[in-house]
Order: sequence, then structure tokens, then C-alpha cells
Amino acid sequence: MDLVFKALADHTRRTILDELTDRDGQTLFEICARLATKHGLGSSRQAISQHLDVLEAAGLVETRREGRYKFHHINTAPLEPIVERWLKRAERD
Amino acid sequence: MRITVASVLVDDQEKALRFYTEVLGFKEKVNVPVGDDRWITVVSPEDPDGVELALEPDAHPAAKTFKEALVADGIPYTAFAVGDVRAEHERLRGLGVRFTQEPAEMGPMISAVLDDTCGNLIQIQTFTG
Repeated sequence: MDLVFKALADHTRRTILDELTDRDGQTLFEICARLATKHGLGSSRQAISQHLDVLEAAGLVETRREGRYKFHHINTAPLEPIVERWLKRAERD
Repeated sequence: MRITVASVLVDDQEKALRFYTEVLGFKEKVNVPVGDDRWITVVSPEDPDGVELALEPDAHPAAKTFKEALVADGIPYTAFAVGDVRAEHERLRGLGVRFTQEPAEMGPMISAVLDDTCGNLIQIQTFTG
């Protein structure tokens, strides 16, 4: 869970997840283009790539190679324990 | 000075000529032998005297590495303007063209990214202001 919180602590990484929610399965190019044109985030491609590595380490992003391309997908499963730990327990009590 | 020729690095000139004319809809302008390869250019039917696109062989050892790295990250190195990206995307998809980015609003334009089957990703774009 530490890795999930660390990943979510950054504004750019949360925006990446927003954009993958908007459309799942994007190339690095599309993610960079969306951040730059829709959010004015002028981070370098390398910086975005590093953000994606952090999201991937937390399990929030999964990459899929399809032929010669690489696509990024959102995975919300690591968020479930957070809901379980606080929100759902509160509901049970 | 003005731009007369831009190039795409293609893995097979004959295949590229077919894709760029029969699928994308460009017109063959020059096609002459130069050593083992050919000097082939295509132009837009909307602008036959405009910029020519040369279908340049990618035989240079550095070219393949360069192209593969760009394609892996989804980067289109070349872009073409179209009147309506969404309509063109539909038309090309009907012809079996593979897109790595579906039409999306990107600031002042709508763009999509397609695979030219010759080792390149190409962006098509419509400026919306």
C-alpha cells in the first residue's frame, strides 16, 4: 500500500490516471500529448516515462506489448485495499 | 528557400508505394531507378505541385533502430493534414489500417496515429482552432 500512496502523492501521476480513465490503453506518445495539450504539463517524455514506472511499480498501471507497440492500461485493483480498510469497515460498524 | 521534399524511411519501397497511393490516397509523382533502389515520391492530389514525400529506403543500419524505438513509444515522426480526422479514421480503418491512437482532441487539433505498415507511425490531424 505504501507504493500506491507514493504513486498517488504526485499530481502528474494522478493526471496520468485520469487520462487513462478517459481512454484506457495509450502509448507513451499519447499520454505525453494529453498531459501537454489538455493540462499544460510540459514534462519531458523521459520524466513521464519515469512517472509511469512508479505507477507500474504500484500496480496502478500495466503495460502491454502488442506487436511493435507498447500500451499502458490502468488497473484500479490496488485501490481496493484502501476502500476495504477504511470505507467499507466504517460501513460495517 | 522552400520545402520541396520530406521523407519517410520505408522497409520496402514497392509496398510503401502501394500503401501511400492505394490506401492513403497520394499520387505517384517521381519513380526512377537510382542504383539498387528507386527515387520515389508521392504528392497530395489536392496539391500536386506541393511538397513531395520521398519513400526513402531504411537500409542504413541506424534507421531500423531509430524507427523501432519511435514506434515502441507510439511516436509519429510525420504528420498529414486531413479535412476530418474522425471520417478519415473511419475510412482507413475500413481498409484495415491499424491505429495506435484513436482520434482525440489535442489542444488546437484533433489527431489520430496510424501504422503505415512500412515501419512508421503517421499522425493525421485536423486543426480546429
